[in-house]
Amino acid sequence: MDINDIIKPENKVYGKSSVLTDNIMHYCPGCSHGVVHKLVAQVIEEMDIQDKTIGVSPVGCSVFAYNYLDIDWQEAAHGRAPALATAIKRLNPDKYVFTYQGDGDLASIGTAETMHACNRGENIVIIFINNAIYGMTGGQMAPTTLLGQVTATTPYGRKAELNGYPLKITELLAQLEGTCYVTRQSVQNPAAVRKTKAAIRKAFENSMMKKGTSFVEVVGTCNSGWKVSPVEANKWMEENMFPFYPLGDMKDR
Amino acid sequence: MAVKGTIVVDTEKCKGCNVCVVNCPFGVIALSHEVNSKGYHFLTMVEPDKCTGCTSCATVCPDSVITVYRAKI
Amino acid sequence: MAEKVLMKGNEAIAYAAINCGADGYFGYPITPQSEVMETLMKEKPWETTGMVVLQAESETASINMVYGGAGSGKKVMTSSSSPGISLMCEGLTYLAGSELPCLVVNVMRGGPGLGTIQPSQGDYFQATKGGGHGDYRLIVLAPASVQDMYDFVDEAFELAFKYRNPAMILADGVIGQMMEKVEFRPAKPRRTEAEIRALCDSWATLGKPKTRERNIITSLALDPVVMENFNIKLQKKYAEIEEKEVRYSTYKTEDAEHLIVAFGCMSRICENVVDMAREAGIKLGLLRPITLFPFPKKPIDALVPQLKTIMSVELNAGQMVEDVRLVANGRVPVGFYGRQGGVVPNPDEIYEAFLQFIK
Repeated sequence: MDINDIIKPENKVYGKSSVLTDNIMHYCPGCSHGVVHKLVAQVIEEMDIQDKTIGVSPVGCSVFAYNYLDIDWQEAAHGRAPALATAIKRLNPDKYVFTYQGDGDLASIGTAETMHACNRGENIVIIFINNAIYGMTGGQMAPTTLLGQVTATTPYGRKAELNGYPLKITELLAQLEGTCYVTRQSVQNPAAVRKTKAAIRKAFENSMMKKGTSFVEVVGTCNSGWKVSPVEANKWMEENMFPFYPLGDMKDR
Repeated sequence: MAVKGTIVVDTEKCKGCNVCVVNCPFGVIALSHEVNSKGYHFLTMVEPDKCTGCTSCATVCPDSVITVYRAKI
Repeated sequence: MAEKVLMKGNEAIAYAAINCGADGYFGYPITPQSEVMETLMKEKPWETTGMVVLQAESETASINMVYGGAGSGKKVMTSSSSPGISLMCEGLTYLAGSELPCLVVNVMRGGPGLGTIQPSQGDYFQATKGGGHGDYRLIVLAPASVQDMYDFVDEAFELAFKYRNPAMILADGVIGQMMEKVEFRPAKPRRTEAEIRALCDSWATLGKPKTRERNIITSLALDPVVMENFNIKLQKKYAEIEEKEVRYSTYKTEDAEHLIVAFGCMSRICENVVDMAREAGIKLGLLRPITLFPFPKKPIDALVPQLKTIMSVELNAGQMVEDVRLVANGRVPVGFYGRQGGVVPNPDEIYEAFLQFIK
């Protein structure tokens, strides 16, 4: 049995999701965005809801998400995605509506939109990539940047008295009545990826059960902004981000 | 009845991030010496016989460049 | 005879929205227009037409809810007043930049800053020249009566969808708060998803069927050539709107030797000024722009040869007067009279200023 004999459609056990387009993603090598995009695509494919899903992309590295998942998309002004999603879902309750946002978009300029969409319990999914930096604009501090972390706007490391404290927005959202499922995951190894996919799947299913808002944070890497290799970035994340942003479900009702 | 696996890599789309290599439990894969048209050292199998088709590499790949096959032989 | 009901301008907006088949209203309280949302909440249209009504956390959120709704092809609107509209300007330029139809009602109040809750026309520039960034325009209708407030809602929606562009009703505290009789129009049902797909399936995000490419609503284009071509396309749209959609009315302009240009509540006050001048043997006429964009350039231009003077009368420091001067182009002197801070002039003081000007 030669290896090439194995390569047959019936033997395929893992391949690219049909919901992903053929466009090469602009993300840096090893970026977590790519993995999460793939998981969202897989969930949409497996739930067979490609014709009933509307995504809202942010301003940030994932501003071009609409080039990568073959579904209807709206692009929101920076921070406003939860407001768009609120209206799209209320006006089209039979559609699956989700936002995909970074930490600047969701936890800085979009804090109010995030808080209030969750507080109203909008039946949407919010996917939040927390890589503690502004990637698209070149590595500036984000609300979730850790104390001491060096960025383009905290060249000497983030200091509380100058830049305030890293924001645990997911913990805040878990306390709002409107949220039904709030979890924090990661995608740096196969086990973590599988858990994140399960979380995204549960969030999408929740959004059709009138249970409130499902919020999935993914602690991710930004090797360009952190100025380390992708593998080192995953290691740095595990050693520095996870202690401050502990993984796991915070709410699941 | 052993299980045999193998992978097919879209070498042009691989960005050589190496995250799959460190997650392969059997040391099957590594980045190539050659580079693709974008200048990335793409993924290649160095120990193809050891591949069981466990899909760890494809699971962590951010760019979906790895297709995994598995068959009973 | 259709039913006539006495109501405020703000209330007329709400009844008109329900009646013309609006799908959603997203707003935030601000004097002097909070009655729009209060009326909608009292009427509970979600139980009758299925219209969604939601109070948002801010004007910024409201306009972005409108953006989301409009992006899925729905008839959506918001209303606010001057400071709130300033918060919505980012959303408005995104709406124009994504070619999305919607209705925004601005019941103007005195500014700048927190200003006052008294009436004003100080947002003329913001509405017609663009309060947000980039070259974009809003289709702007200026009501002068409560019936206008009612009628312009459906008219604005029609124009917005015809040109896939945001439309604004630019009223002021007087029109919003005063009560007049309103004649209801025949009701229009809300559009079904099938009807929306038939009309807007080439752009609206209602979920991608296998039969078409995905729809992407965005105003982003990093390639300068692509972005310039898009801007050129927008400018062509605005030129077409200027060509086809000008609305205005005139009062005693056939033999007029002097002209007042005034919109909204000021156009009604200035009709009295015209009568006062006529009684004194002065041939004064009034031209009332109903669309502020597209501005009635040709109608004013056509009158210039017979005119000795033109005067613009506004509740601001002089904004529309600039557009009048552009049309006059030096062929006739163009004066201005205005009050600010929410002070509404009476006909006598305007007439006095007019007499001074034509001396």
